[in-house]
Amino acid sequence: MPKDGGIGASTKRREDIRFLTGTGQYTDDINLRGQAHVAFLRSDVAHGRIKGIDTKAAEGMPGVVRIFTGADFEGVGGLPCGWQVTDRHGEVMQEPGHPVLAQGKVRHVGDPIAAVVAETPEQARDAVEAIAVDIEELPAVIDMKAALADDAPKVHDDLKSNLCYDWGFVEENKAAVEEAFGKAAHVTSLELVNNRLVANPMEPRVAVGDFAAHSGESTLYTTSQNPHVIRLLMGAFVLGIPEHKLRVVAPDVGGGFGSKIFHYAEEAFCTFAAKQLKRPVKWTSSRAEAFMSDAHGRDHVTKIELALDADNNFTALRTETYANMGAYLSTFAPSVPTWLHGTLMAGNYRTPLIYVNVKAVFTNTVPVDAYRGAGRPEATYQLERVIDKAARELGVDPIALRRQNFVTEFPYATPVAVEYDTGDYVATMDKLEEIADISGFEKRLAESKARGKLRGLGVNCYIEACGIAPSNLVGQLGARAGLYESATVRVNATGGLVVMTGSHSHGQGHETSFPQVVADMIGIDASMVEIEHGDTDKAPMGMGTYGSRSLAVGGSAIVRATEKIIAKAKRIAAHIMEASEDDIELKNGQFTVAGTDKSLAWGDVTLAAYVPHNYPLDELEPGLEETAFYDPSNFTYPAGAYACEVEVDPETGKVTIESFAAADDFGNIVNPMIVSGQVHGGLAQGIGQALLEGCVYDENGQLLTGSYMDYAMPRAEDVPFYKVDHSCQTPCTHNPLGVKGCGEAGAIGSPPAVVNAVVDALQRAGHTNVMHIDMPLSPSRVWKTMQG
Amino acid sequence: MKGQGRSKATGPVQEETKMYAFDFERPDTIDDALKALGAEDAQPLSGGQTLIPTLKSRLAMPSKLVSLTAIPELKGICTSDDGALCVGAATTHAEVAAGAGAYPALAALAGNIGDPAVRNRGTIGGSLANNDPSACYPAAALASGATIVTNSRQIAADDFFDGMFTTVLDEGEIIVEVRFPVPQKASYQKFEQPASRFALVGVFVAKYPDGVRVAVTGAAEDGVFRWTQAETALSSDFSAGAVSGLDVPDNAMIGDLHGSPEYRAHLVKVMTGRAVKAAG
Amino acid sequence: MSDITINVNGKPVSGPVEGRTLLVDFLRGAGLTGTHVGCDTSQCGACVVHVDGKAVKACSIFAVEAEGAEVATIEGQANPDGSLNVIQQAFQDHHGLQCGFCTPGMVMSAAALLKENPRPSEHEIREYLEGNICRCTGYHNIVKAIMAASGQDVSAIAAE
Repeated sequence: MPKDGGIGASTKRREDIRFLTGTGQYTDDINLRGQAHVAFLRSDVAHGRIKGIDTKAAEGMPGVVRIFTGADFEGVGGLPCGWQVTDRHGEVMQEPGHPVLAQGKVRHVGDPIAAVVAETPEQARDAVEAIAVDIEELPAVIDMKAALADDAPKVHDDLKSNLCYDWGFVEENKAAVEEAFGKAAHVTSLELVNNRLVANPMEPRVAVGDFAAHSGESTLYTTSQNPHVIRLLMGAFVLGIPEHKLRVVAPDVGGGFGSKIFHYAEEAFCTFAAKQLKRPVKWTSSRAEAFMSDAHGRDHVTKIELALDADNNFTALRTETYANMGAYLSTFAPSVPTWLHGTLMAGNYRTPLIYVNVKAVFTNTVPVDAYRGAGRPEATYQLERVIDKAARELGVDPIALRRQNFVTEFPYATPVAVEYDTGDYVATMDKLEEIADISGFEKRLAESKARGKLRGLGVNCYIEACGIAPSNLVGQLGARAGLYESATVRVNATGGLVVMTGSHSHGQGHETSFPQVVADMIGIDASMVEIEHGDTDKAPMGMGTYGSRSLAVGGSAIVRATEKIIAKAKRIAAHIMEASEDDIELKNGQFTVAGTDKSLAWGDVTLAAYVPHNYPLDELEPGLEETAFYDPSNFTYPAGAYACEVEVDPETGKVTIESFAAADDFGNIVNPMIVSGQVHGGLAQGIGQALLEGCVYDENGQLLTGSYMDYAMPRAEDVPFYKVDHSCQTPCTHNPLGVKGCGEAGAIGSPPAVVNAVVDALQRAGHTNVMHIDMPLSPSRVWKTMQG
Repeated sequence: MKGQGRSKATGPVQEETKMYAFDFERPDTIDDALKALGAEDAQPLSGGQTLIPTLKSRLAMPSKLVSLTAIPELKGICTSDDGALCVGAATTHAEVAAGAGAYPALAALAGNIGDPAVRNRGTIGGSLANNDPSACYPAAALASGATIVTNSRQIAADDFFDGMFTTVLDEGEIIVEVRFPVPQKASYQKFEQPASRFALVGVFVAKYPDGVRVAVTGAAEDGVFRWTQAETALSSDFSAGAVSGLDVPDNAMIGDLHGSPEYRAHLVKVMTGRAVKAAG
Repeated sequence: MSDITINVNGKPVSGPVEGRTLLVDFLRGAGLTGTHVGCDTSQCGACVVHVDGKAVKACSIFAVEAEGAEVATIEGQANPDGSLNVIQQAFQDHHGLQCGFCTPGMVMSAAALLKENPRPSEHEIREYLEGNICRCTGYHNIVKAIMAASGQDVSAIAAE
């Protein structure tokens, strides 16, 4: 049994106390003395040329402090892109500028044109309405394939076309893949859409810029998953402020799901304006603004083909994907459809030959970037859908077809450049069949039928690559950042520890789970360990929280720093107990000398470090604080198998999720309660994508789903109690905790299970021509499909 | 000093409300309310569950809002001498859900509008006056042949609704009470739009001694309407089977990303059948 | 601008308001920042408070309309000794929150539900939460926590 509060215990979350009592501090709860408020004038057309901006009337409005336009940002940097993809012809991607405020053109509805800083938010908004903008509306490009036509209007006049890149992976395999298709006994092909989503963390984005005239230091409070990354990008590329003059604080953050990774114009604006005006400047997004300014997710159109031999072994796979970039390149946008997507196309299967082609396209829509899963849900969805379709075409059981093709020996080098270190896909599928009671399906089917409902079962597998690394490799792939994490562990004289981490917690429970790790290593109570995060003045550097990396990378950095602490503490203990360092053991917070009854408490040693009277001063510095940077040698590869049962109302097309089971392998687990919670949340987002959510533009680039009136968020009624299991554990071989990522699994693994289940239900009801329905499987869409 | 960590930064500040500015009055009699509404561009405010979001998006610009929620005369539920259920215009959905036991289908409808917090504020008068094409109450009023009593006149529900977001109410005229003749059997069946959870299609079926009335909300471009063909069929045979053979209504149906006109027309039939079945 | 006084969590809170000042902004302006704003369309429920004992969305009621009313917010929910009340404790025990942003509204809605219906079924809870959106938890542990807070045995519901 795990020690209470140690690794493996479902320790209750300490951060809950402040959230449950209304004492959390989110960015919008921060109000600085003398702060002004900014409201943005945003484009209401998708594409247009700015012919003039008249701010005269607005300048005279009550409370207006200053109005900024693109002209104020001439000479200021644009928002940078953090990843440069090289295309299949060896050329680097087309990379347009991304000004803080529009320069010359607007390129999507919501593109900021001007900003009014005023004494109150109302005055700022009143004045925004008084600005007269003369915009010559231009034809907009919304559809990706249309955007690539020779005569398509260009989103960026200075680029050759709307094609960002044409990526082939692995390009050298292309001919061999073609050849394998030529020899295939069966080829299944499927065209599908991975619907555009909006992350919709419940907390809208907020930025507060501040400037201290006495020190010349800028501070930005922002709703970010990675304050250090914002400091680097904004400081170095946009505003030209060195790190030592720029502090970025992300206090409590109300969810991110990827959308708060990126550096946004509003952050740069508030920091810039605060310095110009010498007073704090605050921006709070409305939900409507969030829909048109937060980076969106997904939005792929794909054709996938699977080749099988006469024995139903997968022999080759090829895909052609159009990936929407939107109007500009958001921070990590180019990496999502490429390195986070192509590398996962092998899935859980031994497919020897794979070729992935991705065309990234600029359109007059909000930029698209990582959203929970980021590239991996897109890979999983197409792969698991095409396998299901193949099983149906071949008349074989879809679970059996998957089992037959599973990777079973590890490490396994895929044909798409990654090496799975561990896994047991048979075990997770076995576990799934058990918890989902797959064998009892026919009985439940009969019950549904008796109620006049169609029932279907959908199963799929997924594999995920988390904690993207190592830095030198991703640098070769085009990343313009490192992908390590840092941690500083400070032990105070009386034995308590403060761990400063570059990982940010915005729901993941780091403040509880990270102390479990440290406390376990030392053998002390977890309450002696405090986590500090979200402030660039604390941890030395940080790459932040995304891609299910925090425990595997950030946690490993904490382990490394704690190991250094323990090593030093042992030297101190050895000195005090007059023993050899090699004989010192640390257990349950006690240092002992092997083979003796000598012992020393943790607190005695930490005190000695700061009151170094009996201390080896000639060989050891006083104090007890250590920093470690951890750069992983590989990704982690969590994997699992999911099952969904749905009922379909044949009269209305409404789909209800009757049950959802998830069997995951996350390697070792620190806090099972938190891990299950992460899976639950991911499942709801995946079910949301499959049944409810979809961001829709009309042909003119107007956003039709600009609020919760039209963008369907999953509610409590839309989901069941889930059955989750993570008892299958093949520990990761290359990080010290043996852990894998768990944050995105639910969102990656669940959409295909839902769609597979609905197709199954319709097939069983005699709609034998229905092989696919695009997400979201709204009632109207399912009904229409049933009409044939 | 870099001390913004976890402590509150400063004292009170005005947080944001980004509506246009307006005056606010909260009279406690109908007379005072009417006086206040005499001002140019004054607008009545009932529960505000639709109006306040509208104001936030700056789609309305009243000079003055006159709250009707502090007027005791506008509140409460009673039964009139002729047996009609009378609901004060400022009675909330939650109050109708709890207090309209004499008309169970109406109580059930009210108990399923929006969500619990919305039902604690939203009112029947506000809903009818707004005539949102996806709102539930207009279907109940129309199917029940209700009478809308205003400060100056009585209006039959058949004459009250005048197309999407429009009624025959004059400027400054307010609803005082709604009188519902209680049917022998009735049911409201709502198929929710997945995002807003308003009615994508809602059908209210009410069986009276002199015939059946069927009102449809959510579906048509002109707002709530009576499906007379179904009324005729159900008046002679009150069974779900009686509507299954009918053509769908020929009203111009709404088509949007949540459903095509064909889908909505289909749902009208399905929901009507279900309402008949549920009415028993 | 006029000054109004609202009793919040049993204490009078005064402040200047305009006609257009929403209750949520009055509360947040008075330093009661536990009540959150997550949407503009009265749907997310992060701002749910009680006005005279009833759950309302503080983003959809003007401050002047609450003048003289008893308003209860998340800040006043803990037991007098500062410990978590039964609902708050159940949310912690069953991991019914992650980022915490929707949590105040969830707790206030749960409190209103349990007052009306002391032993709600899973279905009744899910239905009651129609106006409270959570993006983190997938609702599983929220529903479970509310069942537990109502004294129901939730040991059979999976999860850890």
